[in-house]
Amino acid sequence: MSDATGVFTADLAPGEARTPEARVVGAMSGFAQEIGALSAFRLESCIHCGICAEACHFYIATEDPQYTPIWKVEPFKQAYKREASAFAPLYRLFGLKREVKADQLVQWQHLLFDSCNMCGRCSLICPMGIDVAALIEQARHAMFDAGLAPKALYEKAAHQKITGQPEVSAEPYRDQLLAIGTRYEVDIPLDKTDVDVMLCVPRTDIEHYPSAVASLARVMQHLGVSCTFRSDALIAENYGYYAGGKEWQREISRRLIDQAIACKAKTLLVPECGHAYAALRWEAADLYGKPLPFKVLQVTEFLADELKAGHLKLGAAVTGATTFQDPCESVRKGGVNEAPRALMKAMGVDLHEMKNHGGFSFCCGGGGGVLDIERATPLRYRTMENKLREIDDTGAQTFLTSCSDCRRTFDDAQAHFTWNKTPQSLLELVAANLIGSASQP
Amino acid sequence: MNLLDFARGPALKVAIAIFCLGVTWRIVAIALLRIRRDMNRPRASVLKFLGSGLLTIGSRSWPHREFIGRTGAGEALGYSYHIGLFALVLLFTPHILFLGSLFGVTWPGLPSSLITVISVLTLTLFLAVLFRRVTNPVMRMLSNFDDYFSWFITMLVMVTGLAATAHFGARYETLLAVHILSVDALLVWFPFGKLMHAFYIFPSRALNGALLARKGATS
Repeated sequence: MSDATGVFTADLAPGEARTPEARVVGAMSGFAQEIGALSAFRLESCIHCGICAEACHFYIATEDPQYTPIWKVEPFKQAYKREASAFAPLYRLFGLKREVKADQLVQWQHLLFDSCNMCGRCSLICPMGIDVAALIEQARHAMFDAGLAPKALYEKAAHQKITGQPEVSAEPYRDQLLAIGTRYEVDIPLDKTDVDVMLCVPRTDIEHYPSAVASLARVMQHLGVSCTFRSDALIAENYGYYAGGKEWQREISRRLIDQAIACKAKTLLVPECGHAYAALRWEAADLYGKPLPFKVLQVTEFLADELKAGHLKLGAAVTGATTFQDPCESVRKGGVNEAPRALMKAMGVDLHEMKNHGGFSFCCGGGGGVLDIERATPLRYRTMENKLREIDDTGAQTFLTSCSDCRRTFDDAQAHFTWNKTPQSLLELVAANLIGSASQP
Repeated sequence: MNLLDFARGPALKVAIAIFCLGVTWRIVAIALLRIRRDMNRPRASVLKFLGSGLLTIGSRSWPHREFIGRTGAGEALGYSYHIGLFALVLLFTPHILFLGSLFGVTWPGLPSSLITVISVLTLTLFLAVLFRRVTNPVMRMLSNFDDYFSWFITMLVMVTGLAATAHFGARYETLLAVHILSVDALLVWFPFGKLMHAFYIFPSRALNGALLARKGATS
């Protein structure tokens, strides 16, 4: 089944012969059977207090109860209780929990994809300590299996799984990368082996922010780090992660892992891309089935380490009053909180923090693939209003971030709201303020 | 055998047996599910993330500064009636003597007059909690039979207890028997519904806090 609104993607799966209803039943049963002790414990612990709503920018902006984070997993709680909980036979025998139906799950597509950035703020407020965001991510897996990932995400994930990039580009990304090197007069190390660091880039940067790509290469060159991009694994993003396609996420991560191993890298450096960091740093090894034979570092934490070691020296940046957008995936969920601030401090940046910052920052509104879902745009704009107010309230003239999706989301907001701030890359600021020659051999 | 003997005799024994078996099964059933090993390299040492998990038990008892304006009042209401309940269960002298007969340990109780005040306050808070559940759109949407029945049975225990203490409406022995029967009913219901959160709350906070700390994430 496929319709004009693009609800079901089941028909896109090659060889899929089941009806949507049968596929939903299978996916929910699979969810319940594969749930694992940790997620079951989380589902069991909920006391229906509704406090998680108060952390969610979708609820705060709309006051619509359906955006309560734990409600977003309600059908999955229903499936778990019916299929795998301690008293599952009683639930089935007395019909206390009904089987989840396709039409019910179709309604939840809006809640799990269009109105959730997977930002994890809800996980900080729950008095029972439930990591609600982790449950939502697992629910997305079941939605994908049910053929209910939004087409915008499904198609990009499918394309990336096969080709390594989420969509067809005007020119191959390899050529575009080399052209960026020529344009910005910086050496682009490509397809080397026996290196210390393997680099990759968000395709968003290649297409929208080429100076960020050049800055990455420039900083590495300045530090004298032995590094390389790999033609077969240039792209950092992982649309399998967004779409909920666990197997596809594995394949997409695998491409980077294989290339990092092939070039004998000791570190895989994740650029300014929040979800790429989450997928590679905190999920890739699980999907790979064993610990990765290299470290995974986000670029700001790599640079902060270099700063601490005395290899990186930075001059004063003339930015005036500045604020910083914390990318949820790398800061709140990923633990890279201090590194960007250490870099800003080293450049003498006059940082004016937002009211909610660091681990408690509100999402830009575009995370979790929401930016790619066109029908979600009006709701996304509504949730962004609070964020833009917080930024304006800092009185900052300069607005930095370290995530290309955050950057794109704010660029879009700038056009929509005729807003007067342009998000800038922290990495680019670092590259513009390098001083001296690197002390590293 | 009169009603009181039945309530505190076979009925109580059966209720305690269902409570113990049910609670154990609820916990064992979770533990029997698959436990995945996290292959991703931790940011923090094992000691640090276990320590952070234990700290989260305390830190999650009150909202973070960023949330307090939106949730402080609701959480204060929730904690207040829990404190009231604990005071009534653990610091009322007849309860202490009853628990002492089960566990062999007793402790000083609060004066009866103070217990009466706490009872009335807790009952009032309990009504406020129900009012909030039915008037708050988020809580109303999330609520199901379990929420309302768990509220009802806990309220029943409090009301019958207060009536027995006040000797209100019937003979003391009858009122006491009804109170104990309501406790029996609560014990039977306990493993099947949300009252289980009494067993989940601290492990849940600790476990999720530790897992977030493993990543260096905010918890």
